[in-house]
Amino acid sequence: MLEIKNLVVQIEDNRILNGLNLTVNDGEVAAIMGPNGSGKSTLSYVIAGKEDYEVLDGEILLDGQNVLEMAADERAAAGIFLAFQYPLEIPGVGTMTFLKACLNAQRKARGEAELSTPDFIRAVNGAADKLEINKEMLKRALNVGFSGGEKKRMEILQMALLQPKFCVLDETDSGLDIDALRIVSEGVNALRDQGRSFLVITHYQRLLNHIVPDTVHVMSKGQIVKTGGKDLALELEASGYAEYRTSEAA
Amino acid sequence: MADVTNLRSPAEAGLSKLFEAARQGFASEEAIAREEAFRFFEATGLPSRRVEAFKYTDLRAAITEAAPPAEAPSLDAAKAAVARATAFSGIEAARLTFANGHLVRELSDLDRLPEGVRVVPLNEALSRGDPALKQLAPVAQARENPVYQLNTAFLADGALIAVAPGAKPERPLHLRFVGTGDRPFSTATRVLVELGEAAEFALLESHEGPDGLTAQPNDALDVVVGPRAAFRHTRLNKEGDATIALSTLSLKVEAEAQVETVNLVTGAVLSRHQIYVHVAGEDTNVVVNGAAMLRNGQLADSTLLADHAAVGGVGREQFKWIIDGDATGVFQGKIIVRQVAQKTDGKMKSDCLLLTDEGQMMNKPELEIFADDVACGHGATCGAPDPDLLFYLMARGLPRPVAESLLVQAFVGEAVEAVTHAGAREALIGEIEAWLKTRA
Repeated sequence: MLEIKNLVVQIEDNRILNGLNLTVNDGEVAAIMGPNGSGKSTLSYVIAGKEDYEVLDGEILLDGQNVLEMAADERAAAGIFLAFQYPLEIPGVGTMTFLKACLNAQRKARGEAELSTPDFIRAVNGAADKLEINKEMLKRALNVGFSGGEKKRMEILQMALLQPKFCVLDETDSGLDIDALRIVSEGVNALRDQGRSFLVITHYQRLLNHIVPDTVHVMSKGQIVKTGGKDLALELEASGYAEYRTSEAA
Repeated sequence: MADVTNLRSPAEAGLSKLFEAARQGFASEEAIAREEAFRFFEATGLPSRRVEAFKYTDLRAAITEAAPPAEAPSLDAAKAAVARATAFSGIEAARLTFANGHLVRELSDLDRLPEGVRVVPLNEALSRGDPALKQLAPVAQARENPVYQLNTAFLADGALIAVAPGAKPERPLHLRFVGTGDRPFSTATRVLVELGEAAEFALLESHEGPDGLTAQPNDALDVVVGPRAAFRHTRLNKEGDATIALSTLSLKVEAEAQVETVNLVTGAVLSRHQIYVHVAGEDTNVVVNGAAMLRNGQLADSTLLADHAAVGGVGREQFKWIIDGDATGVFQGKIIVRQVAQKTDGKMKSDCLLLTDEGQMMNKPELEIFADDVACGHGATCGAPDPDLLFYLMARGLPRPVAESLLVQAFVGEAVEAVTHAGAREALIGEIEAWLKTRA
């Protein structure tokens, strides 16, 4: 599904990713854990196509196609989805208007017909019910006045609606209470299938109790330094990141 | 002492000649002080950038020739112009049509006006010296403005509109100004609206003309909003790309009255909309919003003076600017709170989105407060569309131009949301969308 080869990225002369290699297979849920400043969020932005970053070397292949040459919207149409750590508030843009515009833009880019309004509303309402999103929220401007938990749920709603192939969840657990964490995780789990892969970025093992990963990668200093199964997350929870910080210092 | 002769521009000299010629046609018993107005104008001349209030909109440089006052076009020409005009056309309203500044009775609903609304064509009022003319120019500061005085001097047509006390007509009245022809002309119209006590009235005003039309309209709207009355005004400037459009809105607001005026500018090579608000009675609520979407060397100026002279007035002024290409936006807003006007609550804001490096925005907000128990604020911002917001939208699949349009629409929309009349609000949103679609 996704293959990252020797990715080297800098921002304003600061090297953040140093030859990162990562493979996520079809249907796989891969978790990336690591200390602050290890480059996890940068990785998520670079995959999604944020322009602030300078890619000096390497490739990101989605089903064999190098996405680094594509603009963010083209990557989205190709099936990449980033659930933001801090979803943005967009005053004046109605949530439904936004959802419909995104959905139809992606469909258009893929040469598919636009969704009819009744079908669209049905799809949104269905996804909103599962995520326990109040319909009143859908009438408001996107994310404006939403709580942290509501914003994260709205990200998962978008994911459910857009049906991407490759989902990057950037610290989706941050700012969530226990109930919201459960709802969001259930939303993600419902989307797990053979044709869809996930890259779950988190600091804490807690999220991985709900979204159980197939693989866990430890990231440090812009590289993947260790890879294991779901038990690796438990080990990290017990031992902390000290070992990897030491290796950074070394 | 030797006489001092001011150097006059060819346009100023031309205006003097035109006034001399026009004087023959003025009715002698007219109740308006044209001579006085023109003398005032002659003393100041066309204001240049040396005049503080016109620092960013130099009319002396922009108006190089005095265009002669327009003749009334033929009915066929007026009909063709109206057929081209689209603004507010989907709204069920009574219409007064002005072609090149002249009321076209055949294209106006003088005999099917909204209930409680009386209209006297200004031409008629002028020739018979209608006493209602005394109500013209209800705001003193406007009378010190050369553009407004020029309008008074050359006043050719317009309407006196009276809304009966307590009347709440459902249908709005639409003042539809259209331009037509192939030669330069100027217009000077004045519409006076008087709302009786507790009346509620919606007025739509549109200005449209074809590209290439070298017109110089100078239109004024005088409004007296009676006690507890509500006046809702939606204005659209969609003039052609060679038109220099000057306009003045004077509002006298009496006790507990409500005012909402929203102006959207997409047209004219140069436009200046002057708004004078005189808060004369207690506990009023006044919303003055404006939005301008400019490109290709256009300049739009909104100049506002809100004078609070009574207790407890609430004022909300919000202006939004979209500057594309090498266009220029000018906002000058001044709130005066007189000593008597305690508990005034005023907020004024002007925000600009610059879509290119070539665009310019001049923001000049001012507060002059003489009362000590008030809450007043102003703010002005200017910047490019937020790259983080653009990325968020693009990461959801919206191509950059679509994402940018969505942000622009949302940004401008905030000023337009204040329009109470649903049809008028949707019409303005439609204009915004149409503008965005034509963006290269």
